[in-house]
Amino acid sequence: MATVTYDQASRIYPGSDKPAVDKLDLEISDGEFMVLVGPSGCGKSTSLRMLAGLEEINDGAVRIGERDVTHLPPKDRDIAMVFQNYALYPHMTVAENMGFALKMQGVSKDQRLKKVREAAQLLGLEEFLDRKPKALSGGQRQRVAMGRAIVREPKVFLMDEPLSNLDAKLRVSTRTQIAALQRRLGITTVYVTHDQTEAMTMGDRVAVLKDGLLQQNDTPLNLYDKPNNLFVAGFIGSPAMNLLTGKVTNSGVDVGAYTVPLEASVKTKLGSETTATIGIRPEAFRIVGSEENGLTVEVAVVEELGADAYLYGLLNGGTDEQKEIIARIDARRPPEKGAKVKLAADPERIHVFSTTTGERVSG
Amino acid sequence: MSWILDASTTGEKLLVMAFAIVLFAAVMAIILFAVDRPRRVPNWLIALAFCGPAGLMLGFGLIYPGLRTIYQSFFDRTSTGFVGVDNYLTIFTQEGFQIVLRNTFVWLLVVPLASTLIGLVYAVLVDRTRFEALAKGLIFLPMAISMVGAGIIWKFVYEFRPDQQGVHQIGLANQIRVWLGMDPHQFLITAPWNTFFLLIVMIWIQAGFAMTVLSAAIKAIPDDIVEAARIDGATGIRLFRHVTVPAIRPALVVVVTTIAMGTLKIFDIVRTMTGGQFGTSVVANEFYMQSFRQFNAGIGAALAVVLFILVIPIVIYNIRQLRLSEEIR
Repeated sequence: MATVTYDQASRIYPGSDKPAVDKLDLEISDGEFMVLVGPSGCGKSTSLRMLAGLEEINDGAVRIGERDVTHLPPKDRDIAMVFQNYALYPHMTVAENMGFALKMQGVSKDQRLKKVREAAQLLGLEEFLDRKPKALSGGQRQRVAMGRAIVREPKVFLMDEPLSNLDAKLRVSTRTQIAALQRRLGITTVYVTHDQTEAMTMGDRVAVLKDGLLQQNDTPLNLYDKPNNLFVAGFIGSPAMNLLTGKVTNSGVDVGAYTVPLEASVKTKLGSETTATIGIRPEAFRIVGSEENGLTVEVAVVEELGADAYLYGLLNGGTDEQKEIIARIDARRPPEKGAKVKLAADPERIHVFSTTTGERVSG
Repeated sequence: MSWILDASTTGEKLLVMAFAIVLFAAVMAIILFAVDRPRRVPNWLIALAFCGPAGLMLGFGLIYPGLRTIYQSFFDRTSTGFVGVDNYLTIFTQEGFQIVLRNTFVWLLVVPLASTLIGLVYAVLVDRTRFEALAKGLIFLPMAISMVGAGIIWKFVYEFRPDQQGVHQIGLANQIRVWLGMDPHQFLITAPWNTFFLLIVMIWIQAGFAMTVLSAAIKAIPDDIVEAARIDGATGIRLFRHVTVPAIRPALVVVVTTIAMGTLKIFDIVRTMTGGQFGTSVVANEFYMQSFRQFNAGIGAALAVVLFILVIPIVIYNIRQLRLSEEIR
């Protein structure tokens, strides 16, 4: 058990001058479940592989506990990794797969068998111990890969999109199982995924990356409530946050006919900028009367999900004319397709970002 | 029409060629015409059309001669008097033939193992290096040379000139010995080592084949498995032993058995380099010598049968392993 520290760690692939991971600073505390999330090519997998020792660290350092592991080979870092395609050894049985690391450490056969049995019991793999990976289903292979990591009792678990090869239903149940298992074992875990739902549901903290740069690192709820910038705002949450550009006026920001009032502090932060981007989550919208202050939206589709309904509409007026707007509405009183409705949100639930820098300006 | 069978002048030969081309075109035309004609053809006819020619060729070219050879091996040198298993007894008891069998056994033991080992080590060493393509090309080149060609090349390498004033060595091996201050050596004449010098030629040819197949197999090992092994603590030789070799085991078996089959039937190298003299003969060469030089059809046939029986288990093992590896996949 240990903390993990990325200290200005960078990775530049040979033949490229743009770093894949650029001066990453990240502190992961003991026993924490940290999720690295971002679109493909954002450097999340590279960051994980730098910690694993599978990717060279060109600049900066990576520490596990107090120990600097920047230039240590993978086997000396006391880590275990679960790969996307599980990377099970095809010629070994499940038991041999799980015990391989211990065998390499020179642990006696009895000891090995005992530990493999314990892990197998934990994961419900006992009846498969003598099978080869080929004779297992995808979900079982995934569990074997987990078992192989658990058996080692490492300081840190590394998981590289371990659920992406499972079907949707299994993914949801395995998601909770992994999170529960991690809490139970209390081993520091770094988990990479491109799926923001996975990130939000599993992580103690979530680090959002884009183009090799850390965008924000916080608890799931804080990411959702106070996204640092436009990228995080658009990436976290499903359906995504509505982002609209408006003109800055004395009274606030004008998006078409809708005037969003701005607090004085926000106004000062915006300074001389003439436009600002406002962000409103679908559930923050409510339908208001036609004469009230709000966005005029032409209803295109209403998705009725039973408990909720989502309204997909096109914006009328403003600089973002015809932009798609998504709003959560009352499932029992959906507006008709083609109708024009007015949507508004409470001022405290509106996020304001600088259009030029993309940074958050509201509190 | 005698010119068709017995063309002697250039004009007649050209005529034969023209006739052959017309005949070929006519046969193809009939086939293409016939293919589209009938709407409903019975299944047995289709099966016969596809399997018949191959079956006929196998029958006449392989099975009949095979059975005939086995039959002949129980007869004397002119295939007239029945001698029972005498030919086999001769092969297994006479000293000359025992040397032949011993040599074949040495070939069978050394060549597949040495070629595969060299090929494997080479494949691992050059894997993902900068000069991989060049290095692989170099070791693969001998595969493109015929065995006879290789035999002649190496005969020159081993060429011996007596160590006298004014005499220059023309063989590379002996020139190196001279440079090192040693006396030139009769590589191909001194038994039993001459067999090993012949062996080297075959290894030189087959190592390229082994390297190519094994290199492809090594490259087919998924990267993440190698990475998982590295995290699990297997590096260098242990990675090789516990992960690489088991992963390419099917390819290893195919390579060893394929080379073993080729080695059992080795003929050209021995024929071109020593002609089987000086105690270097092997079964295939001896079978040729007996049948077509000594005109002893009985012993020749018996040697061919021995060769056939030796190859069978290797073929069976090869096919089994191929099936097995398909199951794993």
